[in-house]
Amino acid sequence: MRAAPTCAPLSPLRPSWRCSLRVRARTRPRPSPHPRLRPSRPSGATSIHVPEKLESIETGQLDQNGKPQRIACVTCHTLRTPEKLPESPGELVRFHQGLVFKHGTLRCASCHVVGRQDSLRLADGSMIPNRDAMLLCGQCHGPQLRDYQHGAHGGMNGYWDLGKGSRVRNHCVDCHDPHVPRFLPTNPVLRPADRLLPPPIEKPALPPFPKLGEAHP
Amino acid sequence: MSEPEGGKRRVFLKVLGGTLGASAFAYAMAPLRAWTKDLSAEKFLQKHYKELGKEEIQKVIARVERETLEKYGAKVKVKDQKPIEGVEFGYALNLSVCIGCRKCAEACHVENNHDRKTNNSYIRVLEMDQGSFDMARGDAQYDHAVPAPGKYYLPIQCQQCDNAPCVKVCPVQATWKEPDGIVVVDYDWCIGCRYCEAACPYHARRFNWTKPEVPAAAVNPDQGILSNRIRPQGVVEKCTFCLHRTREGRLPACLEACPTGARVFGNLLDPKSEIRWVLENKRIYVLKEELGTKPRFFYFFDV
Ligand code: HEC
Ligand code: HEC
Ligand code: HEC
Ligand code: HEC
Repeated sequence: MRAAPTCAPLSPLRPSWRCSLRVRARTRPRPSPHPRLRPSRPSGATSIHVPEKLESIETGQLDQNGKPQRIACVTCHTLRTPEKLPESPGELVRFHQGLVFKHGTLRCASCHVVGRQDSLRLADGSMIPNRDAMLLCGQCHGPQLRDYQHGAHGGMNGYWDLGKGSRVRNHCVDCHDPHVPRFLPTNPVLRPADRLLPPPIEKPALPPFPKLGEAHP
Repeated sequence: MSEPEGGKRRVFLKVLGGTLGASAFAYAMAPLRAWTKDLSAEKFLQKHYKELGKEEIQKVIARVERETLEKYGAKVKVKDQKPIEGVEFGYALNLSVCIGCRKCAEACHVENNHDRKTNNSYIRVLEMDQGSFDMARGDAQYDHAVPAPGKYYLPIQCQQCDNAPCVKVCPVQATWKEPDGIVVVDYDWCIGCRYCEAACPYHARRFNWTKPEVPAAAVNPDQGILSNRIRPQGVVEKCTFCLHRTREGRLPACLEACPTGARVFGNLLDPKSEIRWVLENKRIYVLKEELGTKPRFFYFFDV
């Protein structure tokens, strides 16, 4: 099954309506930044956030607005066509040092293609733009992709009622680094300081339920 | 749902006063509403929320907005969001992905104008031993990197029970279940006796021991009269599934804040909703099912 160029539904993420979107997108110079999923009702739409890191990296410099400056993958990668992909992060000596890789026994070539750093490779050899990396993840993580599509994995923001407004979904790569996908431990916020702690001094006691005819002072 | 009886609350108060005598009454009520400094006569005489007509509700809203400005220096917009026809809310939480970061509790804290000093929140996250469902052994005070090995995390908020013990014990019917499944409190009617708090098997209700302190700039101005308006001292408060948001079609604040995507919210009556998919396709647990409370809050695991 050839997925990307034809319109065969590769996964539920790409039913035929999305193919038509892809076909239209290809006639334009750049696909729209937020590919739309079909809304359940017409007025609201579901879009998937596309993390910047899929298409560019931070240079470590700030731009004139003080925001981290980013540079597109293609800026460098159109200038160079290496002979083969590395086998491990250790082979990256001229750039991208410090890359950590801990994702099962996958090889770099499971996802990357030599000379095409704006694209990722599906198992059948077809290419998808980096922004659609979810299709790649979904190939090996079917249950999570299915749950995601039913709103039961990956979270969302906006409206539960698409009749009233739109919502934005996270991308798999927003939460899982493709090279080290394990969700990172974190420190909890807002430790409760309420009544489970020793009570404040001025705290009055719970009054007894009044029994009728009792307790005349 | 039973009829609100305006008279009942007065009778209850009178019974208290009549049998205990004035000073005992004052004593018994001291920690309650009479003890609060911010109880105006206007508020005391206000009718039960369910008896209020449209215009009267507008008056109550105007009063709450005015008082918030006077006491907190914050200009807020209070609305009376009504249940939506054909909508009954349900909430599910994936315990396999929750990592116990308490971001949900924090979002609730901010969204619902909780007292800043106590870090109050309608959500309490319990750190639990894997394999145990015993809430009593959960730790809410944990303070280390999460997730910790051998533990899982159980966030608990109001379960919006269909058979709600808290509603049943309220002597003045200041709390009831709405048609969309949300259990609400009339914060102007509650006398602060705290029986509901004691009756709730999920410890989901909170009592305002002190006047909630929220700096003016931190007050969330987007408020609902039955939800996140700043509650007065001496009343019991609870999670309303953010009805001021959800009755307008938006997702609850705790769901949006969850960095793990563990929370699923939606309309139980819509067969195509995410919540229905979860209920139909995952193994669902409810807390303390044996009590027969019939929660609208569900827990699930990825298997
Ligand atoms: C500043 C220039 C620059 C940018 C921007 C850049 N790369 Fe690279 N990249 C390189 C260089 C140089 C190498 C070769 C490193 C080596 O072999 O030591 C490389 C190597 C790689 C490799 C290993 C295979 C190969 O072609 O050698 C991959 C995969 C890769 N880059 C992906 C990306 C992706 C994806 C992005 C955008 C998110 C990106 N790069 C952005 C310069 C860049
Ligand atoms: C599971 C698929 C997958 C595998 C396997 C994979 N990558 Fe990537 N890689 C990606 C994706 C997706 C990006 C896009 C940027 C991002 O999300 O980090 C990327 C980006 C990169 C980048 C750009 C800089 C960066 O840190 O993002 C480099 C370099 C890179 N990969 C090198 C490698 C090397 C070397 C290997 C093998 C050790 C490898 N990748 C294995 C999916 C993969
Ligand atoms: C070619 C198949 C393949 C692709 C493509 C792939 N994965 Fe994986 N992934 C695996 C395997 C195999 C494991 C199991 C690793 C293990 O058990 O140690 C895994 C593990 C994981 C884990 C669990 C990690 C842990 O340590 O708990 C996550 C999360 C994950 N992948 C996310 C992703 C995401 C996100 C993508 C897309 C960027 C992706 N995967 C793409 C095969 C794949
Ligand atoms: C909102 C953040 C978020 C998004 C988006 C997200 N995940 Fe996850 N995912 C998690 C968390 C949290 C876990 C549980 C991790 C843990 O227990 O350490 C998880 C678990 C997983 C696991 C299983 C790891 C295991 O140990 O069994 C896989 C595989 C996975 N996700 C893949 C995906 C894929 C594929 C996508 C996109 C379709 C995706 N995730 C989107 C947060 C996310």
